[in-house]
Amino acid sequence: MEALLQAVVNGLLAGSLIAVPAVGFTAIFAILRYPSFAIAGYVSVGAFAGWAANTMLGFGAPLAVLVAFAAGAAAGLLCELGALRRLMPAGALTVAIASIAVNLILENILRFFFGNDLRGFDLPIQPDLIIGGIFVGLQQIWNLVLAVAVVAAVFAFLMFTRFGRAMRAVADNPDLARLKGIDPARIAAIAVALGAGLAGAGGVLLGLDTSIDPMTGYRVLLSVFAAAVLGGLGSIPGAVAGALALGIAEELALLVVPATYRTGVGFVAILLILTFRPRGLLGERAA
Amino acid sequence: MLSYLLFSVTIGGIYALLSLALNLAWGGAGLVNLGLAGFFGIGAYATALATGAGAPLAIGLVVAMAAGVLAGLAITGLTLRLRDDYLAIVTLGFGEIVRLVALNERWLTNGADGMSGILAPGKAALGVAGFNQAWAAGVTLLVILVWLLLRRLDQSPFGRALRAVREDQELAGFAGKPVLRLKYQAFALSAAVAALAGALYAHFQSYISPDHFQPLITIYIFLAVTAGGIGRPVGAVLGAYCVVAFLEATRFLAAVVPGIEAVQVAALREALVGLSLLLVLHLRPKGILPERIPPAPKAPS
Repeated sequence: MEALLQAVVNGLLAGSLIAVPAVGFTAIFAILRYPSFAIAGYVSVGAFAGWAANTMLGFGAPLAVLVAFAAGAAAGLLCELGALRRLMPAGALTVAIASIAVNLILENILRFFFGNDLRGFDLPIQPDLIIGGIFVGLQQIWNLVLAVAVVAAVFAFLMFTRFGRAMRAVADNPDLARLKGIDPARIAAIAVALGAGLAGAGGVLLGLDTSIDPMTGYRVLLSVFAAAVLGGLGSIPGAVAGALALGIAEELALLVVPATYRTGVGFVAILLILTFRPRGLLGERAA
Repeated sequence: MLSYLLFSVTIGGIYALLSLALNLAWGGAGLVNLGLAGFFGIGAYATALATGAGAPLAIGLVVAMAAGVLAGLAITGLTLRLRDDYLAIVTLGFGEIVRLVALNERWLTNGADGMSGILAPGKAALGVAGFNQAWAAGVTLLVILVWLLLRRLDQSPFGRALRAVREDQELAGFAGKPVLRLKYQAFALSAAVAALAGALYAHFQSYISPDHFQPLITIYIFLAVTAGGIGRPVGAVLGAYCVVAFLEATRFLAAVVPGIEAVQVAALREALVGLSLLLVLHLRPKGILPERIPPAPKAPS
């Protein structure tokens, strides 16, 4: 029983970290309608930017997350405007393939400058807490708080700001939004900046939990996809729910299968949800 | 130098088979397969296991292709009713799963250490030089054979029906084409060709490990097919040889750019691959040899 509860707690903590890039991925999908494989590159760029801010400038974790958001957003905008936007007329699949190329380039720029070594953040080692027989690391709690703060900020942005409302309008019905005078190019740019920024912030959160290297983003790509598909592609609350569900599912599965199969759980989750509920747990209505 | 050239020709041929496979599914039926490296790996492991158990080369190749077909049917069965973007995500995941299984099921695949001593037909009889020559010739012949077959298929009613599915599957369905069956057939056949490529690779190298089936290979092949011309088998073959030439040429980067370390050379090469794919998509999206689409017959007046 305790093992089960511990797995659920671990799953929620791990899922909350995946939720951040998953929301970013699904936000880009909601507006631009292509699955961005470059999200992995944005995660890694953010992770390294945050790591540099932390180890070279001595920034604390919350500031490192902000730096990572800015770096991810900048990388995302640069790639979108420089490499991806012009391919939109050729179809979503072409842009998706181009985004794989973008990811390869970003990953290797990082590899060129930083090598393949694992790097850790420079933070005081925090003790584990034991609450009712459940082990929780203090750092993990901090990460959870940061993840919740980031996601809450996204929701506030979408609910209460002009651009946020415009974004939701475009996601809901692009034609109607255009008729109402919303500039689709500007909204697309905001969506990419937001999505890639979230991916970058997620990179730091994942790095705080373990360590980072140029493959940090690619390793979580399947989990990010799984979380977004579980929740329904394009649904932001869905991506959060999907990430938490996936986190718990991964930890529970590890009670029966070897830990090395962790990423396999995401794949199985994608297959199951696509078979039984193709629009996801909180998916958009039929188009 | 000659053996290096022959080696590149053989690897080029194996990449050409992979490109033909991708071109059949993607160029022919519009089914994107980001798990190509997975099918490549399945073929390699299948024949390694079969010939390891004493089967001759021919049986090994057949087993590899059968395994590819089975995996292809399984993936299509799970995803074909879904949109393209889901197929992209699921196939990417599939490629990772193949690698994960190969890494973890040590009893079957020997894990990260890989399988060595795979049957290398002709190596003992012909010596190393003769083996390289024979394989370069054999693989090239096989590429020509598969290319002719696929070109024939491409121009047949089956190929035209596939194209109809690619362009507008609802319209193809209205016109009475069995859309789902066509997709199954195209994807399964494509998986078989990819698995065949993997099997040849395993016997040629006589050593395989999960590291040989990285997703990077899938990106190489996408570059090959896009550069050569999506939807045209000869373009895929040409593209594959171009990519191998490009990859081999960039090995000499270290000599051109002084003072960089091995890992930086590797990073530069991979970044150049990504950059090339982007450039092709932007500057020549139809490739070197664009698909020839015959004009529609004039309506009778």
